[in-house]
Amino acid sequence: MNQIIEQMPVVIHSLNIGFIQTLKLFFVTLIGAFPLGLVIAFGSMSGFKPLSYLSRFLVWIIRGTPLMIQLLIIYYFPGLVLHNPVWGSGETGRFLAASVSFVLNYACYFSEIYRGGIQSVPVGQEEAGLVLGMTKSQIFFKITLLQMIKRIVPPMSNEIITLVKDTSLARIIALQEIIWAGQAFMKGSYGISGAIWPLFFTAVYYLIFNGILTVLLGRLENKLNYFR
Amino acid sequence: MAILETEHICKSFNHTEVLKDISFSLEKGQAVSIIGSSGSGKTTLLRCLNFLERPDRGVIRVGGNILFDSADPSTWQESAVRKKRLHFGLVFQSFNLFPQYTALENVMLAEELLASEQPDYKARKKEVHEEIRLHAESLLTQMGLENRMKNYPHQLSGGQQQRVAIARALALKPDILCFDEPTSALDPELTGEVLKVIKELAEQKTTMIIVTHEMAFARDVADHTIFMDEGAIIEQGDPLQVFENPKELRTKQFLSNIL
Repeated sequence: MNQIIEQMPVVIHSLNIGFIQTLKLFFVTLIGAFPLGLVIAFGSMSGFKPLSYLSRFLVWIIRGTPLMIQLLIIYYFPGLVLHNPVWGSGETGRFLAASVSFVLNYACYFSEIYRGGIQSVPVGQEEAGLVLGMTKSQIFFKITLLQMIKRIVPPMSNEIITLVKDTSLARIIALQEIIWAGQAFMKGSYGISGAIWPLFFTAVYYLIFNGILTVLLGRLENKLNYFR
Repeated sequence: MAILETEHICKSFNHTEVLKDISFSLEKGQAVSIIGSSGSGKTTLLRCLNFLERPDRGVIRVGGNILFDSADPSTWQESAVRKKRLHFGLVFQSFNLFPQYTALENVMLAEELLASEQPDYKARKKEVHEEIRLHAESLLTQMGLENRMKNYPHQLSGGQQQRVAIARALALKPDILCFDEPTSALDPELTGEVLKVIKELAEQKTTMIIVTHEMAFARDVADHTIFMDEGAIIEQGDPLQVFENPKELRTKQFLSNIL
């Protein structure tokens, strides 16, 4: 016990560094996947068949295979097969490859949530807008969008909380996120080795962060309860 | 001169003929009621007039100008259709109010969006917004909703929602206001308040097409009545004549079944 208390400041310092990497990947994924998911959703709902098939094919591939494999392929394929290591070396390259993989993966999941959300808005809403002389884009931004957001907040919250934990998969390409930082103390890091408790301790970080997210998303849900 | 003329409108869905050679005209300030059993094509006709469906054949003229001609594809272009829709207003059976906006905002939204497309909008923004708000408030007051302007649709009764929808359709000053079974989704005790405001509109000589199952209303409020069956106009004319003294057998059967 005493030993743990002694080691605590060093461990927390290292876990904090890892957690910053986790948070970076989390926010970059959200910022990229929110709009990209909408593009893919419109693609799969498009009346232009080739675009719709292409979008659905992409969603099928991405949702049908493990994110871990996507990470490995996106990170290693350019260097090993094309002999063109586009990601560069070091942590920056790994972060870039991880970001691309996560954005693509989550955009596909989001696109299906968006699609369900848009399609669940009654068609009468669009027709009411049309007969009032609105353009398609006015109808989307002024009428459909907020109703869609209200409907997708609960399933989106689920995905967002899953994303927090999924970022740990990036350690498969040695991205130094919090699990990587915690596990390092087993092999030896900052002069500490054979310690497994820091790895367990990473769970506290996830729990607290997800707790905050749950509260914020719950507030958003309440805020949108002013209409039905 | 007739404000609205439709000639030989035909429409099929998957080889089912929904509208068969529909021709009628409407004078400015007139109200026409369209009656007939469910599935007789009344709603589809209104949707064609509002460019929510495209007729397979036929011509639609408003104020003597061709709005739609099935023989001339340039009259159905989406970019042109948008402005043409403004000749018509449509009140839906299921209201279709925008749930995230208050009653007042529902009435103001379309007019504001149109105003924002004007070149001098930025300079006169406040003034224009004020004008639109006053206009919307007067419409809602006319509908007897002066105390409900700040309410959201889910806080209103069905009858109140439908009256907001009527104010919303009037806000853009359409040449012809269409009602698609405006009281069919309402409890009997709420039907009266909606019929009352439509009746007031008729007294103010609002040009209207009213599809309804309220037979007494269709007879009393309209200047002209059309009876449709299986996608065709069977009989049309003065309401009293159609209701009291129908010429066609099918009109007689329909009226005897419901009265």
